Amino acid sequence: MEINDLSKSFILHNQKKNIHAVSNITITVKKGEFIGITGKSGSGKSTILKSIYGTYRVQEGDIWYDSSHYGAINLAKATEREMVFLRKHEIGYVSQFLNVMPRTTARQLVTGAILEMGQTRELANIETEKILDHFEIGKELWDSYPATFSGGEKLRLNIARAMVKRPRLLLLDEPTASLDHDSKVKVKTLLEQLMNEGTTMLGIFHDLEFMNRLVTKEYSMQNGCFTQAIQKI
Amino acid sequence: MSVLEVPVLSVKQMNKQYGNGCSTCKQMKSGKVTKNYCHECGTVYACRDLTFDLYQGEVLGIVGESGSGKSTLMKSLYFDEEVTDGELYVAGFEDGNKNVFMESAQKKRYVRNHLMGKVYQNPILGLKMDFSSIGNIAEKLISAGNRHVGSMESRGAELLEAVNIPVHRMKEEPRNFSGGMQQRVQIAKALSNNPPILLLDEVTTGLDLSVQASVLDLIKGLQRDLNISIVLVSHDLGVIRMLADRTLVMLEGKVIEQGLTDQILEDPQHPYTQQLVHSLL
Repeated sequence: MEINDLSKSFILHNQKKNIHAVSNITITVKKGEFIGITGKSGSGKSTILKSIYGTYRVQEGDIWYDSSHYGAINLAKATEREMVFLRKHEIGYVSQFLNVMPRTTARQLVTGAILEMGQTRELANIETEKILDHFEIGKELWDSYPATFSGGEKLRLNIARAMVKRPRLLLLDEPTASLDHDSKVKVKTLLEQLMNEGTTMLGIFHDLEFMNRLVTKEYSMQNGCFTQAIQKI
Repeated sequence: MSVLEVPVLSVKQMNKQYGNGCSTCKQMKSGKVTKNYCHECGTVYACRDLTFDLYQGEVLGIVGESGSGKSTLMKSLYFDEEVTDGELYVAGFEDGNKNVFMESAQKKRYVRNHLMGKVYQNPILGLKMDFSSIGNIAEKLISAGNRHVGSMESRGAELLEAVNIPVHRMKEEPRNFSGGMQQRVQIAKALSNNPPILLLDEVTTGLDLSVQASVLDLIKGLQRDLNISIVLVSHDLGVIRMLADRTLVMLEGKVIEQGLTDQILEDPQHPYTQQLVHSLL
């Protein structure tokens, strides 16, 4: 994936303000790399991830992504339908908040993600139990609503849902925020496993110690620009 | 899914105006036309130049303030109203090559009865209040060409059960039902002919929270299990966020913004959309 000269600002009409979030971001991500982005809050880290995921509309610059379905595609100019397809099949997004449908059980949540990819229901059911077990989500929770889960359980479920799709590209928005040590270790193991499977990842971290043990390359951000790049491995 | 995906429903440059228009408002002169109303001749431009596609299995949300033309659009799609001009293509009709708006009333009825289902905001419009609930469903089935009483009855019972109307009350008239139950009977009726396209106009407005939840769960389940395409009109952004993949924002009869639902909610571009999103509680 290659990002060229990405810029994004928010125009707030009713406050007559124009806020520059990021400017002239250029970054190349090779397959299998794990890029970590650090920086103060408000420096534009999430804006980059959300621009890749299509939540934010890019004003300037290109985001070239090598899709297994479409080939090279510019995410900055992709159509809505292309983006819907890529989200279902290739690009995963994990945020620190679990955004779920109300009244959907943990099991339904994961099964739904697998069904979206066109698998059969039987296969999805088997796969769901496997992954919930793997992520150490207690069996007694499988058929209850994630709204009542603890922070760590929610996050693991969130990653589980993103992982079952075996995404080519996984975007992580502070996946370890507000987690205790044990949960962090679990998340770390899972991310390492994904790396070994060849998933390309791009993540935002505040927990530098955690990040340093995982990423292959680190970028620091300040005021919407990269200030430093460190190759780790 | 292939790269060349064909929409199940496609609307092109649809216009709907109430009134004949005059020389002043045809040119959209400023000062004479307020919003979409002409002061000279009283013409209301309810839908202006609407163009969009609906794909299989997706929920397309439409938001906008009241009077923005949402319901007029839905009525036009269901042929309750004649459009002024524009094109409509439906995948199941003549391979999607013929403009349904220009077809005969009979052909339109075919499309409506076989390929679409609609749930109105006001159950009075969608149901015959003095027919039994199951009779209401049978009505839709008959218009779709069904003639076998036994099979219609079992289909009706199956649907009413699916929307949680107790079987012992299915012979009852909808006017005896609560608003939420009436809405669910409407949904059962709309689904009776297995339509690939479902039009939902403010289905949850005015329902209490728990009933709203069960109606929404029902819709989500239908979309997931039957893979039908839904056009969902609502002014409740929470409902849109929960159900819609893509969203159109309407204002004064025009589509002012469209995008993925999270784009609309997190990165609204148009001043009106920003105001709308910031009004969210």
